[in-house]
Amino acid sequence: MALLQIAEPGQSDAPHQRRLAVGIDLGTTNSLVAAVRSGSAGILPDSEGRRSVPSVVHYAQGEAPLVGHAAEASTGDSRSTIRSAKRLMGKGAADLADSWLARHYEFDSASGSLPAFVTRDGNKTSVDVSAAILQTLKQTAEETLGGELAGAVVTVPAYFDDAQRQATKDAASLAGLQVLRLLNEPTAAAVAYGLDNEDGGTVAIYDLGGGTFDISLLKMQQGIFEVLATAGNTALGGDDMDNAIVQWLMGQAGIDSLIDPQLESDTKTYARSLKEALSSSSTVSVEWDDRNGNQVKTELTREMFDSLVAPLVAATLKPCRQVLRDADVERDDVTAVVMVGGSTRVPLVRDQVSEFFGQPVLTSIDPDEVVAIGAAIQADVLAGNKPDSDLLLLDVTPLSLGLEIMGGLVEKVIPRNTTIPIARGQEFTTYKDGQTAMALHVVQGERELVDDCRSLARFELKGIPSRVAGAARIQVLFQVDADGLLTVSALERESGVVASVDVKPSYGLSDGEIETMLRESMDHASEDMQKRALQEQKVEAARVLEAIEAALQSDGDEHLSVDERASIDSLVDGLRNVVDSSSDREVIKQAVQTLEKGSSEYVERRMNASVRQMMSGQGLDDIDSAVGKAKHEACSSDT
Amino acid sequence: MQVDLSSNFFDLFGLPVQFAIDESNLVARFQELQRQLHPDRFASRPAAERRWSMQAASYVNEGYQTLKNDLKRAIYLLKLNDVSVDEETDTHMSPMFLMEQMEYRESLEAAESAADPLEKLDAVRKQLKAGIREQTQTFGQAAGSDNWGEARTTVRQWQFLDKLAREVKSLEERLDV
Repeated sequence: MALLQIAEPGQSDAPHQRRLAVGIDLGTTNSLVAAVRSGSAGILPDSEGRRSVPSVVHYAQGEAPLVGHAAEASTGDSRSTIRSAKRLMGKGAADLADSWLARHYEFDSASGSLPAFVTRDGNKTSVDVSAAILQTLKQTAEETLGGELAGAVVTVPAYFDDAQRQATKDAASLAGLQVLRLLNEPTAAAVAYGLDNEDGGTVAIYDLGGGTFDISLLKMQQGIFEVLATAGNTALGGDDMDNAIVQWLMGQAGIDSLIDPQLESDTKTYARSLKEALSSSSTVSVEWDDRNGNQVKTELTREMFDSLVAPLVAATLKPCRQVLRDADVERDDVTAVVMVGGSTRVPLVRDQVSEFFGQPVLTSIDPDEVVAIGAAIQADVLAGNKPDSDLLLLDVTPLSLGLEIMGGLVEKVIPRNTTIPIARGQEFTTYKDGQTAMALHVVQGERELVDDCRSLARFELKGIPSRVAGAARIQVLFQVDADGLLTVSALERESGVVASVDVKPSYGLSDGEIETMLRESMDHASEDMQKRALQEQKVEAARVLEAIEAALQSDGDEHLSVDERASIDSLVDGLRNVVDSSSDREVIKQAVQTLEKGSSEYVERRMNASVRQMMSGQGLDDIDSAVGKAKHEACSSDT
Repeated sequence: MQVDLSSNFFDLFGLPVQFAIDESNLVARFQELQRQLHPDRFASRPAAERRWSMQAASYVNEGYQTLKNDLKRAIYLLKLNDVSVDEETDTHMSPMFLMEQMEYRESLEAAESAADPLEKLDAVRKQLKAGIREQTQTFGQAAGSDNWGEARTTVRQWQFLDKLAREVKSLEERLDV
């Protein structure tokens, strides 16, 4: 940030105030929150000293949801006790078929674009469930740290697609959390190990969690983590190992099915305890019955367990080969292998991964906590508490983004493993005389056919100037931000008319739905919440005012005409008056937006100028002559 | 918002407008630029600056990916010299090159049905790599002497080989179970 503030001595920011920021690992089975305190990152335990919160929420009619341990302890309706909701984030009704979730819960897929769990307290989407978990973590953090959070870094599996990332961000907004960044879990793990100090190394992050598997290759150079490639499987994890043991138990008992969801859930818990015991012992005794007269009393050896889960472990090695191929890296070039996720405690996993990469794997930080700790370190940097930090994380797109073209085929617009943020333009034209609208279908995935890829959204471009067929030239811009989220905008090149874009996410909430949910949660909340929302808006207003005034003070009228200066001054005064006099959140928001709009050209001009200044300061003499000639050119090697 | 940082990607990275590049300079400059421009550096700044930063960082990423890759850099250089590679009217290729292409296709098909497909594919890949290296050198010489006609022909052949190389990669992926 240093560059663009161009602070003169005596004009620097207000005395440094530490901003409270946390890292959150929103997991399939467990969730954790961590923060940097007195210089070192650590987990924030709850009031009873527990370091993680089970990702479980129980809904009882008309009551506030129970989260975590309280939800696990509840004896109420088991269909109202939601587990593994993360597996449904950004998913549609079609994805439910055959899943463990579909067998355990009742779903309502008709009421909205997201399938909802039917609970005693009404329909709850996976976004609602995740928001409840995040809210609990936020509360723990605020109690422990003794203040309001300025923001959070929330981690997601590297393999999450756009819809899944968006759902995670939506859950955070519902929980009242300001997301500083959605961070890929493997990247967070590399940060936790401080591998940024190992210059020039290539690190593999093997992350086998409860419900997802990720493998990522990262390159470290002078404090910059660059993700070279990432691959994985969103439906593979420790849960599958537990299920393998459940299947084995059923086989031993000679039965095909379990009598009720409660037994199924208890059996899974039992299976997990067997798995965990086998990480330190070579054999465990097994005692189980199906509450229907069938008993199992035997021993399970590590060898038997290994053979049960061997196919699952082998399935993780295929993505390992894929990332090496994608990044064009040989196995020998990998300098460190980090183990993440509770399932990497399984000895077979460690052995197989060590063997694959030909070196011992790193396990010194608790594999369940390493992601939250890395996220906390990044949150501390992003909140501005470490102005001298060199740490920078450059992420990539996990999946290719494409458009449906004639014949149900996909044309790739942004290939997978492209460093983000990234923008790519694509030009379209009309095929009928007088055509003023056009439909686009955006998909994510690697396959050639639309039907084999994941539908992200359908867009309709409207307001295209009426011309003969083929005369309109519509430039559609796909922008993926640093969180991996996509936005689309369109412009008719000849006339400069900006076509409006109607977004209809295939598996997610539209902006309107989010707003409604937010407003509902506000309406139901106490006066306290309202006050806080107002306070947040005032803080944002102060931030905007401070930035613009610092800019005006440091460069005088260098980038402004007299008229422009006068107009910005009056907008600044306007906002200041509103902040002082109004207690209406909406009114302040409006004034902030008016100032931002009115000053955007100025901000843009001085930012561009300051970057050019920085570049020329480094010995580039021909930069200045280039001013004003910039082109945003894209280029592709595809034939 | 318009990001206005440089007239072309070579200027952006402080490199002379030519095919041969010093990769360590490219990487160092890329990192320096992202260190200043990346959205993470603006996480606590007003929305307008965050938006600008996203666009600036996107532009730098685009430039980096264009210059880092030999073929993309070659095409970009042609474009800067107003030479277009993908004119659909011009489908002329030398007969010798086309023969070579057919041989590649045949060995790909043979590899797929061979008993040891991955090894066979590896051999094809190595052969392709050598072919691509040759095109890279030819292009460098042609561009260096402002012979844009030859440079263009070279890129078109290179694109064919590059496409084959990607097919080999996806075939490998498909066979890897």
